[in-house]
Amino acid sequence: MQRATLDLWVGLFVLAGIGALMILSLKVGNLDTYNGSGTYVIKGNFENIGGLKIRAPVKSSGVVVGRVADIQFSTKTYDAIVTMNIEQRYQFPKDTFASILTSGLLGEQYIGLDAGGDEAMLKEGDTIMKTNSAMVLEEMIGRFLFDKASEDDAF
Amino acid sequence: MMTAETLVEISDLNFSYDTRAILNGVNMTMKRGQVIAIMGGSGSGKTTLLKLIGGEVTPSSGYVKVSGQVIHELNRDALFAMRRKMGMLFQFGALFTDLSVFDNVAFQMREHSDLPESMIRDLVLMKLHAVGLRGAHRLMPAQLSGGMSRRVALARSIALDPMLMMFDEPFTGLDPISLSVIGSLIRRLTDALEMTSIIVTHDVQESLSIVDYVYFIADGVIAAHGTPEEVKVSKAPFVHQFVHGETDGPVPFHYPAQTYLKDLQLEKTVA
Amino acid sequence: MPKRIIAGIQKVGHRTIEGIRRLGHATLFFLLVLLKSGTSLRRFNLVVRELYYVGVLSLIIIVVSGLFVGMVLGLQGYETLQKYGSESAVGTLVALSLVRELGPVVAALLFASRAGSAITAEIGLMKATEQLSAMGMMAVDPVARVVAPRFWAGVISMPLLAAIFSVMGIFGGYLVAVVFIGVDAGSFWSQMQSNVDFRIDILNGFIKSCFFGVAVTAIAVFEGYDSPPTAEGVSGATTRTVVTSSLVILGLDFILTAFMFRGL
Repeated sequence: MQRATLDLWVGLFVLAGIGALMILSLKVGNLDTYNGSGTYVIKGNFENIGGLKIRAPVKSSGVVVGRVADIQFSTKTYDAIVTMNIEQRYQFPKDTFASILTSGLLGEQYIGLDAGGDEAMLKEGDTIMKTNSAMVLEEMIGRFLFDKASEDDAF
Repeated sequence: MMTAETLVEISDLNFSYDTRAILNGVNMTMKRGQVIAIMGGSGSGKTTLLKLIGGEVTPSSGYVKVSGQVIHELNRDALFAMRRKMGMLFQFGALFTDLSVFDNVAFQMREHSDLPESMIRDLVLMKLHAVGLRGAHRLMPAQLSGGMSRRVALARSIALDPMLMMFDEPFTGLDPISLSVIGSLIRRLTDALEMTSIIVTHDVQESLSIVDYVYFIADGVIAAHGTPEEVKVSKAPFVHQFVHGETDGPVPFHYPAQTYLKDLQLEKTVA
Repeated sequence: MPKRIIAGIQKVGHRTIEGIRRLGHATLFFLLVLLKSGTSLRRFNLVVRELYYVGVLSLIIIVVSGLFVGMVLGLQGYETLQKYGSESAVGTLVALSLVRELGPVVAALLFASRAGSAITAEIGLMKATEQLSAMGMMAVDPVARVVAPRFWAGVISMPLLAAIFSVMGIFGGYLVAVVFIGVDAGSFWSQMQSNVDFRIDILNGFIKSCFFGVAVTAIAVFEGYDSPPTAEGVSGATTRTVVTSSLVILGLDFILTAFMFRGL
């Protein structure tokens, strides 16, 4: 085999391999939206996070704006402290409302942000004041049954 | 020939695999410009002797000296430096099958020197011309006949003009024409390059016609030695049997066994 | 009878000792190859040459297998997921299976049988035809000149081949799920993208394939260099390369997965 042909094939092979790695990283793995440099950290205290996991998306109007970085339990306030990495280009007002939502009936849980009307924006390390806990199925059913029972009593 | 310097000196050399003795007290001297044949039956330790000279194995006792240096006492770098001055022709050539004839011959020059490619090209073609295969430099080893690949291997092993050439069974499996071509090449190259050639072989007729001195090895010891003329007229039973290819003699036809009658159970064993 | 039992126990003991001895030999040989890799790195064209034989020639089997594995995953995934009305998750399923497990593992198994066996056979044959001895007699170290370039070519090729396998697989899954069955292309990709993480899934898969590359090529070069210099010896060594590499890949995969995804 001629040296030049061999070099050409090996070059194509290596480029194809690196290209495949790039596709995996950027197209499949979302590396472009997941980099530590362009994000800022905000926190939120939730009474109940349900099945929320680290890396779960943080969405606003359905657009992924960041990800859950850390979940801790606070022994001072006895609730969960969720740390989120939000992309730098998405700024939110101070009075933004964070709730834990579920995609679909049985889907994964994520944090939804509803922007408020405050002039001041959330900064690195700030804590969201207004939060809404996860819906827990048992509680929902319990409340439903309770309501039903009290309806029946009314008759 | 008398004044020529001694190149290889083998003194009281012993070698054994595990407990099996292969060589037992071998002494030899080889001078520059000589072609020396080492003959003996299969498994008599001839090839081991070449490996000892090349430093591939270490002797149990005794030593091999090449141009004044004890081979098995050299460290790795010194041994490799020594090997650059040695050439070895393996039984079937051992050409690198993934390289062309040209690249095979150029191999050592490229590995061991920074010569420009144009000079390597000239040198390779000169070496190939010496073995008559300049026209075959583009072929791959798989396209060569047995005799041709051995000639290419010969060109490859003299690439760096060695002072010592070793040939492991260079005549095996060759047709009569290729055989005498290889034989005369060995003689001519030895004279032209003023090197020492050691041929391990059991081809008596061809080697006796080209060598200066012959050693016979049997059962790990030197059974006889002498010039070809002495050997041809030797009355020593072993040499006579070997040179004339007789089936029986000091080297028995039969492997040691109990008596034939006993094996066939015709002889009544005494209770 | 006790004699037979003793003989049986001796056999087990002998096998164990031999096994450990071989493992020791292999480890020392591996270190020797690493130690003598200087030549390969200085004269990188030696490695490039082997990259052709080890990497480029493995491309076809990797591309075709990747495509089919991905298509099957797409089909099976769709059949199962549509029962729960979540057929749009088929992209996630295909991508995660490939990137985390099937890409590195199946590519490594194919690599072992395509390139690993070829490396063993080539080195074994060079040994059997005295090419390695001849090289040693020409004062060129065969480990540095023959073994190390092949080893590094394998180590470089494996992660690239695994990545190509995964990409082809995802493409195959896309072909079946989106083009043939008609899952919405947008949700196929977006579901995939929101569930595949760069660090946890892709980087770990990449690391896995690097480990497999080292393991397979180290086994292949050792078996070749260690093979008895006969036709049977070389063919036996080739078989052992494929069998041992496959077992090592699967075992190593479990260990690596346990470390990476369970944080053991």
